[in-house]
Amino acid sequence: MSDDDPQGMSRRQLLRHTAWFGSAVVLTVAGGEVISHIHTPGAAAAVPDDPNALRFVQVSDSHIGFTGAANTAVTESFTHAINQINGLPYRPDFVMHTGDLTHLSTAGQFDQVKQMLGTVRAGETFTVPGEHDSVDDGGKKYRQAFGAGSVGDGWYSFDVKGVHFISLVNTLNLEKLGHLGNDQIEFVRKDVAGLSADTPVVVFSHIPLFAMYPQWGWGTDDAAQVLNLLKRFASVTCLNGHVHQLFTKTEGNVTFYSATTTAYPLPKPGTAKAPAPVTLPAGQLADALGIREVGYQQGSHNLAVKDVKLA
Amino acid sequence: MGSSSAPAGGGVAVSTNVVAVKDFAFAPALVSVKVGTTVTWTNSDTEPHTVTSSGAGPLKSPTMNTGDTFRYTFTTAGRFDYLCTIHPFMTATVEVTP
Repeated sequence: MSDDDPQGMSRRQLLRHTAWFGSAVVLTVAGGEVISHIHTPGAAAAVPDDPNALRFVQVSDSHIGFTGAANTAVTESFTHAINQINGLPYRPDFVMHTGDLTHLSTAGQFDQVKQMLGTVRAGETFTVPGEHDSVDDGGKKYRQAFGAGSVGDGWYSFDVKGVHFISLVNTLNLEKLGHLGNDQIEFVRKDVAGLSADTPVVVFSHIPLFAMYPQWGWGTDDAAQVLNLLKRFASVTCLNGHVHQLFTKTEGNVTFYSATTTAYPLPKPGTAKAPAPVTLPAGQLADALGIREVGYQQGSHNLAVKDVKLA
Repeated sequence: MGSSSAPAGGGVAVSTNVVAVKDFAFAPALVSVKVGTTVTWTNSDTEPHTVTSSGAGPLKSPTMNTGDTFRYTFTTAGRFDYLCTIHPFMTATVEVTP
């Protein structure tokens, strides 16, 4: 299905967009069709109630250090997100932060966000960098704080409960769009070479690996090379941040999910002059922020993805 | 996407040593100066920006918050493409003539 292009949005997609704005949504994919359900905290779980199932949480774009009008208390918002994770009825296998941990890559902001992530109750905590985490040093301070166990400029892979995870860095050596580079593409080539085609693959990156809105840099110029390496797999799920809003799209064997933020919303593609932080009317901010629960039951084809707004 | 592609603004180079960083764009996007000229960028957005060479190059500003200014004196002739590392769709060029 490829009718989800924001530049050539179908009526159905437009309706979905309208429905998504300011709400938290669960997306389940059945036969290529996306079905969305609004989720509020405490609503029935789409994530399997089974300790043997894989369950993890994605948070994104905490922008610790941001002080603008769109959210004058980003630290508090991120604390809410962590409390919400720690209050889940299960302990996630891991929590993944998909980048823009900090707003300006300062040592103090990295220290603060690292300490905050240290309070997350989960099997493990993982991160990928956003461009805000590599503002002036090519990601050096990011890797000092979060790079343990990674290779190259911070990429790595891991396996949990039969699912293969690849964490990519597409916020360095940028020009207009996100960029992976040959070293990283080669890493993916070797990384997946020995995997059987029925292994579910999940790819994390900050900037989308699909062309969500290239005019604002919401895409990755060499993502096709990585996606080609994943073509033989039955189930590929790409989870990204960066765009501060929910969006999903299926292309062949790959489903892309953009996550919302814990900091502040950005405009929908093309609805503003620039992707500048949006200041919502009083009381509406929490509705635009959220966390994402993801589940996978061994033997099923797709992951269950549930976006929940901040309580 | 090579660094020799036309800057976002395109068109004719403007002879000025002052570049505005405003509304997530560098304006003018293409400026022309003589060797030895100091170019000044001032960020008037509420969001931070940088002035950073595309690929290898001499421009490497610190993070520019609202009202911050960055200056660089071009000592060699040539074409200097740059972008904002935080918003890399913001691209522009300084042409330095002998």
